[in-house]
Amino acid sequence: MGISIVITSGKGGVGKTTTTANIGTALAMQNKKVVVVDADTGLRNLDLHLGLENRIVYNLVDVVEGTCRLKQALIKDKRFDNLFLLPTAQTKDKTAVTPEQMLELIENLKKDFDFIIIDCPAGIEHGFENAVAGADKAIVVTTPEVSAVRDADRIIGKLEAKGLEDHQLIINRIKYDMTKKGEMLNIDDMTDILAIKLLGIVPDDEKIVISTNRGEPAVTYDSSKAGQAYRNIAKRILGEEVPFINLDDEEQGFFASLKKIFFKK
Amino acid sequence: MDLFKIFSKEPPSKDLAKERLKLILIHDRANVSPQFLEMVKGDIIKIISDYAEIDEKGLEIKLTRSGKQGEDVPALVANIPIKKMKEIGR
Repeated sequence: MGISIVITSGKGGVGKTTTTANIGTALAMQNKKVVVVDADTGLRNLDLHLGLENRIVYNLVDVVEGTCRLKQALIKDKRFDNLFLLPTAQTKDKTAVTPEQMLELIENLKKDFDFIIIDCPAGIEHGFENAVAGADKAIVVTTPEVSAVRDADRIIGKLEAKGLEDHQLIINRIKYDMTKKGEMLNIDDMTDILAIKLLGIVPDDEKIVISTNRGEPAVTYDSSKAGQAYRNIAKRILGEEVPFINLDDEEQGFFASLKKIFFKK
Repeated sequence: MDLFKIFSKEPPSKDLAKERLKLILIHDRANVSPQFLEMVKGDIIKIISDYAEIDEKGLEIKLTRSGKQGEDVPALVANIPIKKMKEIGR
């Protein structure tokens, strides 16, 4: 039996889909059999992040409605044979699926996969209810902004009300130079406020933009810092102890570049 | 203006963000409606009025936090201006 993990945040635009694509791919790179499920019916995007948008024939709604078998809707990844995408419908809305149907679907996937990673839509309405229905665990994504932290807190409250106690936090898009100056909420501030276990810290990284442009998750890039962070997160999910990135070691700017030239590590 | 900023030593903006978040989350978590506060206010006026004459317009009640740093707990804080104590209260 596999483990299902929902990636959620409350607020939109904090990097749920990016996180789903990267964690899913990173787990596949660790030789796990993984399916990433797009639960954002009507606004699907996970296919784009994985570069699989041209391969979609059937989707999650078709499976639920019985138009096709589950296996027919699963799309194999381009790079990893053990990674699959279950896309959702773009022309339907969130009410096309019920939480009970989602639960059944996820239970079926758990028979065949080690990990089921579910990309939750923004908001706390029907789409959220569907996405969390079949989840064993939750990963809450936030960014160092007051609105994202506030929404994360609300989502944590919602998860707990549903009995989903196994939830951890990913802090996305940290800018080290700004936290250093005290002009951005730092890791301690956010874990202090949210009182939730930290799973990972993902630095703000331009490579994410590039990798999304190309439809290749950043974890496949050795040089991407965000990719490295997601690879570490995948290892932590698998039970490995990986230390968090030490913010003080992360020097940026002109002098840091100079230093790097003269004192190559 | 910028020069002034340098010398005035404003606290870093993240401290402000943290303070604002802590306060708003107390409200969010408690899920307290303005109606609830009005109800509490009405009852407080009723009870205190037996003992003192109070300035109802000046009465202020809000949800905030108290306790030592790091162990904040939600607190209902009421500010009740008294005009005159009644005989029974002495």
